[in-house]
Formats: sequence, structure tokens, C-alpha cells
Amino acid sequence: MASTMNRWRMFIPLCGFLLLAVILLLGFSFNDPHILPSALLKKSMPAFSLPGLKDSNRLVTNEDIKGRIVLVNVWATWCPTCKAEHAELLRLKKKYGLEIVGIVYKDKRDKALSWLEAYGDPYSVNIFDSDGRLGIDLGVYGAPESFLLDAESTILYKRVGDINSRIWRDELEPRLKTLKFFDPDSVVDPS
Amino acid sequence: MIMFSYNREIMLKFLVVVMMSLPIAAGEVIDVFDFATEAQEKRYQSLIAIFRCPKCLNTNLAGSDGPIAADLRREVSRMVMEDLSDEQITEFMQSRYGDFVLYDPPFRMDTWVLWLGPLLVLLLGSYFLRGLQRSAARAMNDEERADLEKLLGERDASNDQD
Repeated sequence: MASTMNRWRMFIPLCGFLLLAVILLLGFSFNDPHILPSALLKKSMPAFSLPGLKDSNRLVTNEDIKGRIVLVNVWATWCPTCKAEHAELLRLKKKYGLEIVGIVYKDKRDKALSWLEAYGDPYSVNIFDSDGRLGIDLGVYGAPESFLLDAESTILYKRVGDINSRIWRDELEPRLKTLKFFDPDSVVDPS
Repeated sequence: MIMFSYNREIMLKFLVVVMMSLPIAAGEVIDVFDFATEAQEKRYQSLIAIFRCPKCLNTNLAGSDGPIAADLRREVSRMVMEDLSDEQITEFMQSRYGDFVLYDPPFRMDTWVLWLGPLLVLLLGSYFLRGLQRSAARAMNDEERADLEKLLGERDASNDQD
């Protein structure tokens, strides 16, 4: 009797090792260390007052995006992934009437303008953040990054990387449904 | 002729000075901030050493040449010049980039495993080790003693034969 007990106890270290191995395997395979969890989730959009892209004399502030559900998209012409996500942004704007507010991040004004000229303009307005100061307030560390804001300008979701059809289906659409974005009463005329 | 050698000596000295300053210029960090005091400069240097660059996994702000690290160094220098406290500067970084930028993570409900995990493993290990030692040190029962006697008896018998 005692010896069978001892035989089982022999396996305790092995079990411990296997447990540790499973924990580490899960930890290392499902967590992309390059993607930081946003420290700003459930917080308000930081205060800003910056020139617009098209009209540099006009200051864009928090007032301009208040009261509506918007997707804030941080982009730049030097960022290849921004080019990759551009078509999806145009689609979301056209098909669902999603309002997209751009932050031109550490870029040149003329370059950004000719980019919109060439590839189309899904943005209702673009904030021109030439030195990346607003980017820092948003915890941005690269481009593209996107933030979903509700009508109170609270950050509900942050995406590091491109907006694509999978992100729309799995992350944005369900959240917009919760916000009743698609309800006929609240749909904004996309014209 | 005397003029010439005098000029040459000056030229040589000048060249030596230029060559000596070259490696220093190349090794210097690109950022130049005008700190009012040396103490501020020192604080800045120690602060950019303790924050992690958000874009890079294992580099601090001081060691990274990424654009975001340069921007954050600029922000840290600004806050140092404005005489903000270390707590305020840490709060600035943490509220924007989360615990990731801290090499020294805070003790919280969701980080206790990180802090107490090793202690837990140590306790478990020592408990297990003690169990092993105790089972090795316990007295033999009759059956085991008989086995031992038998083995010793056999050995003695074989020794006698030699």
C-alpha cells in the first residue's frame, strides 16, 4: 500500500513540470508581445487642439468629434500598412456610413494631401499631428492605430495594426451593434 | 623656411585636435537638450534608463533609436525642465503606455503572481523536498528490516567464502 503511494508521488514533479510547460506555452503563443494593451481603454479621448490637414488655419478640437460614434484612425504616408488598410476604411465609410476621423501622424502636409487625392478620402476630418504629441497622449507607438469612440468620446476599443474585414467582423461590428449604431433611428445619412 | 615649419606644426596640432574630437562626435547621442542645471541632465539620463521603449521589447528609451523613443525622450526632457517629480513623469508614461514601459511593475491584484510566484514555487519545492527527506529518514518496519538482514547475511556469507 505504502509503496503504491510512493510510486504515485514520484510523478508529482513531472506533473508540476507539465503544468508549467502548458502555462508557458499558452503565455508565449497567444500573447503577441509586440501588441501593447492600451492604457486608455474606457478613458476619454485626450484633449487636443490641432490644425486640420486641409485647412491649416482651422483648429480641430474635441468639440468637433463630440456626440457621435467615430473611428479615430492614426495614419501616415510613410506607413505601408496604412496603404493596405485604406481600401477597407473607404468601404466602411461608404457601406455603413461609419465616421472616420484621421490623425495624420508625423508626416508632411503636402504628402498627406496628395495621398488622399490619389487613393480617396474616407475621413470626415483630419487632425494634423506633425510632431506626434497627440499620438503620445493616445499611447500611439506606430502607425496605423485605430480607436473606436462612443458618443461621449470614450475609447471603447483600440486596434494596433490595420483595419481589415476580419477586424470589422470580429471587433468593430459587434461593438457598434451594442452601441445601436445600426438601428434605423440612429443611422446617420451617409451622403 | 622657418615660417613653413611653424605652419606645419600648427597644422599638425590642429589635425590632432580634429581627429581626437571625431570619435566623441560620432558616439554622442543625437538628442541635444538645453538643461538649466547639471542635476536636471543627470535626472534626465537616469529617467530615460528606467523606461522601456514601447516599440521595442528589450530596450530602454536611452538605448533605442526608434522614432517613438526619440519622441518620448523629448517629452521626458521637457518634463524634467519643467521640474516635474519622478512620480508625475512615471504617471505620464504609465497612463499612456501602460505597465509595459515600466521595468519595475507595480504590485496589484493582477500582478501578484509575478511577485509572489517565485516564493510560491520555493515553498512548494521545499515542502516536497522535506517530504522526500522524511521518508528517507523514517525508521524501517519489520519487513524492511528482515529484507536488510537477509541482504547483509548474503554479503557476509559471500565475504566469508573469499
